[in-house]
Amino acid sequence: MIKKLYVSVSAEFDTDGKMRPSLIHLEDGRDVKIKKVKNAVRAASLKAGGQGVRFLCNIGKQDIYLFYEEPRWFIESYED
Amino acid sequence: MKTILHVDLNNFYASVECMYDPSIRGLPVAVCGDIELRHGIVLAKNYIAKAAGVKTGYTIADAKRACPGLVCVSPHMDRYLKFSAMAKGIYSEYTDRVESFGIDECWLDLGEHADGVAAADEIRARIRRELGITASAGVSYNKIFAKMGSDYKKPDATTEITRDNYRELLWDLPVSDMMFVGRSTERKLRLYGMDTIGDLARADPSLLRRLLGKNGIMLHCFANGIDDSAVSLTYEPPPLKSIGNSTTAPRDIESDDDVKVIYMALCESVAARLRKHSLKCLCVSIDVRDTDLRVITRQIRLPSPVCTADELFSAATALHRANVRRGVKIRSLGVRASSLCPLLGMQMTFYDDETKLRREALSDAADVINSRFGNRCVFHGITMVSPDLSSFSPADDRTVAPDSFEVYR
Repeated sequence: MIKKLYVSVSAEFDTDGKMRPSLIHLEDGRDVKIKKVKNAVRAASLKAGGQGVRFLCNIGKQDIYLFYEEPRWFIESYED
Repeated sequence: MKTILHVDLNNFYASVECMYDPSIRGLPVAVCGDIELRHGIVLAKNYIAKAAGVKTGYTIADAKRACPGLVCVSPHMDRYLKFSAMAKGIYSEYTDRVESFGIDECWLDLGEHADGVAAADEIRARIRRELGITASAGVSYNKIFAKMGSDYKKPDATTEITRDNYRELLWDLPVSDMMFVGRSTERKLRLYGMDTIGDLARADPSLLRRLLGKNGIMLHCFANGIDDSAVSLTYEPPPLKSIGNSTTAPRDIESDDDVKVIYMALCESVAARLRKHSLKCLCVSIDVRDTDLRVITRQIRLPSPVCTADELFSAATALHRANVRRGVKIRSLGVRASSLCPLLGMQMTFYDDETKLRREALSDAADVINSRFGNRCVFHGITMVSPDLSSFSPADDRTVAPDSFEVYR
């Protein structure tokens, strides 16, 4: 079962004002560094139930989707 | 030949709610108003609820009786407006002619020599991917057939209606599937043996004219695909044909005073909106719904155009007195101003007395104060008699009912 997990995010803005998330702060205190943003498109998350700008982020061994659902950020999290 | 698309977001409110909450997907879902405010009716439902017999306008109790497992969710107007705007954003990437028909439907004029079906499929795919909901599209050479195309197959489908296939696709459908054929028109048409759209198309126009007036001719043209109305430009809203407000009272209304309080609050709003658009009206109508949900609609034509709350109020209350039995318990009231005429260039009369002009000046002054300091800063004293009935703010409540297709004629 996948649930919608709101997360705290640090983002960088370039001189054009373009936003790029750089760090995801998880609830348990861990920070996940985003190594690369592969693309950003407007999309719905049918799995978690939400809609916004979807960033495909590489966080090392895997890629994850990070959604900016103005004004909040969420990830699709696997529930136990 | 022009290519016109009509895109309809399927079960819009219910689809948006199901998109946001995966746990209710696959269940019968209805978006319902607030029971506390006596708005407890079904506003929209998904296909599963529809199949179980739930209809828009049912009370929540009736809907649950029809479908015991029904999930009722509250509406989120902000979400619907956001999704509607995003859908329009997608449409406007294809053309500058996008005309809304309510919150969830739009016509798009793609111009000459466009591949309508390919564009419609692409738009539907984008809506599915980007918004997470489905749409159905109709592609045709006029607005009426495009709209009928989007209704032809739902959800998530494209139907093309061409000059060659419209007889085959549409003419066998029941006449009630035709736009603008409501219950009473359907009854009349069926009385004369016109059961299908094809029967209507093949009927003698002069018979239809006798039967339904100029609407009969319009329906005959539409059934034959004769419709050259243009899709309006995105930034050009269709001209206003009427301005109205209505409200469901928080309690049943019995006394004359309470009726007047509500009429005044509604007239204040309608009058302010008339003046905002620099319009006056020649016709005032009222809608009265009693507690048995029977509706009385009556209208009156005024001797000269008006735009103040007092004048609308006199007309509305006179109509009410003449047509509604005293002692009837009333659930909701509405006031509508139509036969609109622009203030500029208006024919002046010899009979405008000074009081009328001074009252208009007073209303203008009140508008300025209200716009600077908030709605209902200055209002009629009568509305203070029952503040619970007049505390609603029609001007602030967002109206998203489909635009009247009157603009079309």
